[in-house]
Amino acid sequence: MATIEISCVEVWREISDYLDGEISKEMRERMEAHFKVCAHCKAVLDGTRNVVGLVGDGRLFQMPEGFNKRLYKKIQGLP
Amino acid sequence: MLPQSQLRDNEAELIRSVCDGEREAFYELVHPYERMVYATAISVVKNPADAEEVAQEAVLKAFSNLATFRAESKFSTWLLQITYNEARMKLRKVRSHLYEAIDDSQPSENADYWPKDFADWRPIPSELFERDEVRRAIQNATNSLNRIYREVFVLRDVQNLSTKETATILGISEGAVKIRLLRARLQMRDTLAPGIDGSWVNGQDYRKARPW
Repeated sequence: MATIEISCVEVWREISDYLDGEISKEMRERMEAHFKVCAHCKAVLDGTRNVVGLVGDGRLFQMPEGFNKRLYKKIQGLP
Repeated sequence: MLPQSQLRDNEAELIRSVCDGEREAFYELVHPYERMVYATAISVVKNPADAEEVAQEAVLKAFSNLATFRAESKFSTWLLQITYNEARMKLRKVRSHLYEAIDDSQPSENADYWPKDFADWRPIPSELFERDEVRRAIQNATNSLNRIYREVFVLRDVQNLSTKETATILGISEGAVKIRLLRARLQMRDTLAPGIDGSWVNGQDYRKARPW
C-alpha cells in the first residue's frame, strides 16, 4: 500500500514525538518517506536531534562552587 | 547506578533512618539529586544566586516534610516538585524587573511553530560542549525561551526526565509537556544554528538557508 503523503507543517508538529519514538508506525513511515524527499525537514530533524544530544548530558548548568558544603552546613544547622 | 527497584529500596531505608533521627542519612538521600534540584530551580528563576537559594530552601523543606512523603511517586519527583514550587514562590516574591512578568500570560500553545531556517546540520562532536563559549551560547539560548517552554526543556532534555515525571512536577498534562517540548526544541535549534553549523564546527560564517 502506498504511504500517504504528509505536509512539512504536519512533519514539524510531530518531529519531537518522532525523535522520542512516541508516534504510530504508520506516522513514522509517512515521516520517513517525507524526510527522503524533503531536505528542509530532514535539516530540521537533524538539527533538533543535535540540540537534544548536546544538552542531554546534564552538564548545562554548572553547580556553583561550594554548593555542597553550604548545603551540608545548612542541614547540620537544622533544629 | 542502582537499578530502579534497588534504588527505591535503598531510598526507603534512608528515609526511615532520617525519620529515626539520623541526619547523615538525609544527606546521602539528597546528594545524588543536588544537580537536578539546582537545574530545576534555575530553569524557573534563571539567576544562579537565586537558583542556589531556591535549591537549598527546597532541600531543607524536603527534610522538614520527609515524614509526609508517601512512596506513591519517586523520591526525586517529590523533591523536584518541592523545588519547582519554591522557585515559583521566589519568582512571585522578587517581582523584579530582572524577571519575566509573572502573570503567566500564556503564549498561544496551539499555534504551530514554523522553523525559521533550514540549513543542514552535521552531527556535532560532543567535545564542543567542553568549550565555555559553546556552553554559554546554549545557556543563553535556553534562557531566551519563554519560561513555560524552558521549564519543560530543562526537565525533559537536560535532565532526561520522562514526560510523565515532567507533567507531575510542573502540574500540567502530559499533552501540554509534549506541545511545549516541541516548541522549545524547534526554537533552540533555530537559535543555535549559526554556531553549530557555522563558526563552532568549521570556523566559517553560517549561511542561512530558507525555502522561500
